[in-house]
Amino acid sequence: MMKRSLHVCNKTRDIISATEKILNFPLTQPDYFHLSELFTIKDLFEARVHLGHKKGCRHRLMEPYLFGSRLDTDIIDLEQTAEHLQRALNFTAHVAYRGGIILFVSRRRQFGHLIETTARECGEYAHTRYWKGGLLTNASIQYSPGVRLPDLILFFSTLNNVFQQHVGIRDAAKMNIPTMGIVDSNCNPSLITYPVPGNDDTPVAMEMYCRLFKMTINRAKDKRRQMELLKGISASV
Amino acid sequence: MAASGCRGVRSILWKYGSCGKNFCLSRSKTVPQLPVRQICVSSSLWKKNLAAAGPQKFTQEFIDKQVEEFEIGKRHLANMMGEDPETFTQEDIDRSIAYLFPSGLFEKRARPVMKHPDEIFPKQTAVQWDAEGRPFHFLFYTGRQSYYSLLHDVYEKILAMERHQDKMRNKGLFASETKQILLTGSRWQLKEEIEEYLVENISDHGYMRLIQLLEKLLSMPYCSLEEDFILKFRKQLEVQSSKHEIPALQHDPQGVAFSVADGRRKTAKASITLRDSGSGNITINGRNYLHCFPLLQDREQLMFPLHFVGMLGRFDVEGSVEGSGHSAQAGALRLAISRALLSFVSEGEVERMRQAGLLTADPRIRERKKPGQEGARKKFTWKKR
Repeated sequence: MMKRSLHVCNKTRDIISATEKILNFPLTQPDYFHLSELFTIKDLFEARVHLGHKKGCRHRLMEPYLFGSRLDTDIIDLEQTAEHLQRALNFTAHVAYRGGIILFVSRRRQFGHLIETTARECGEYAHTRYWKGGLLTNASIQYSPGVRLPDLILFFSTLNNVFQQHVGIRDAAKMNIPTMGIVDSNCNPSLITYPVPGNDDTPVAMEMYCRLFKMTINRAKDKRRQMELLKGISASV
Repeated sequence: MAASGCRGVRSILWKYGSCGKNFCLSRSKTVPQLPVRQICVSSSLWKKNLAAAGPQKFTQEFIDKQVEEFEIGKRHLANMMGEDPETFTQEDIDRSIAYLFPSGLFEKRARPVMKHPDEIFPKQTAVQWDAEGRPFHFLFYTGRQSYYSLLHDVYEKILAMERHQDKMRNKGLFASETKQILLTGSRWQLKEEIEEYLVENISDHGYMRLIQLLEKLLSMPYCSLEEDFILKFRKQLEVQSSKHEIPALQHDPQGVAFSVADGRRKTAKASITLRDSGSGNITINGRNYLHCFPLLQDREQLMFPLHFVGMLGRFDVEGSVEGSGHSAQAGALRLAISRALLSFVSEGEVERMRQAGLLTADPRIRERKKPGQEGARKKFTWKKR
């Protein structure tokens, strides 16, 4: 009786340590999911990510991210963009790997359908419609008491239709939810956890961002499924 | 720590990183651990907010049990009434309950009722997320998932149609007169009907937006590809003329066709027999109509239905009328003649008569006198002081 329970507890301990390894090991690597091979600075340039708004629309806090301006149009520094994008993609991949809920948000009508389709294809969630006030802060009343909030919010455009900062950024900061935002030269990057300076107006650029995020999330989920399978095999062995 | 004393296998799922080295096996936890975020909360969050709990929620097992009890009760009731339990319908149940529990209450909804639980307990939306807390629908966080997903689907169809159009244009097969969807005799579904379909509340603005999108879909050349989808949101209108009861055409022993019909107006009741192959004679209460109705206006009312269908000299009208005054009697006779004419006239003519107002019974009756006033509307003289 004692021997059997000991053996059983050993097996449980093995399962727990395996799960621990699966969850903790990727955090020790700088680029566990090899996301640097997904894009190059040349790709960003060809997708016109470096084009900002005119000088008059420039936000003061975006000045560190700007390379300069040419004929009054602000040019975003693609080397900084590449770094920030790499960090953002890496964080997204880790959240997806650990089974977190990711919410794609944008208030641009031009790209709403594209973003909803991208979210559906990744198996994540989207919100490209009118943002109701208490969505995050009053969730237990607006939905049911046991609702689970998103673990990461991706803003594909941080401004709403009246060129003010999206309410979701402030709400996510209040609820301690990490955010990623594509900040153009007229946006405020202060409350966003992983800002990515880049163009949010051109269709080519938006399609590129959607493609990149979809690939990272799918990669991370596939990797997790692979690790679970391996753990299952090693546990049964 | 974990080794001794645990009996049986405990499977514990740790979704998020456990606290490293010093975690402990808890015995009874099978629920996945959600991340702990340090948020300051006030005591109002711990206390049970009765008002915010909303309407009472019934579990699926409870409703299933109620359905079972209803079925057994239905069979008992059938046996009690001496009828066959297999063919006992809802109307029979209502009849039996009204017989066994006679109630003098005026409010129908307060009387004893025995209905299927689906009609009594309000429909609730099922739990929207799985065991790990991930919602099923990808638009869950918008708050109105069915409505927005419908908008998403309609827009998807518009885009697909545009791509199809471009493909046909490239191949040179673009035809501007493609098959159009028949929309006559149907209307867009109302906001309430769409709310029922989506099991969600929509605002007026939202409903308008949906109809605009569907109209846009309809305006495209190849809309016939999505005909089934669009017709789901259109409701067929009933043909009004099909509701009229046409009196049966009877035949005399001589072979002459005739039809009988009734009409009412105010308190006058009239009954008409319309005989074919006649010469336009009108006899009312045994006397010629010139004696009954010396006023031209009343005689015109009698003529109007026959004049409208153009069969003035064809019929012999024989009628009886009682009650009210001359004008009301003329109106009652007119309605009776129009109804009798329905059996001699074609479908299209019936619709024309209906639109002319010949088949509508005039609902106006004398308004009662109210206390504190001279008559129905007339007030006593108003004195300022």
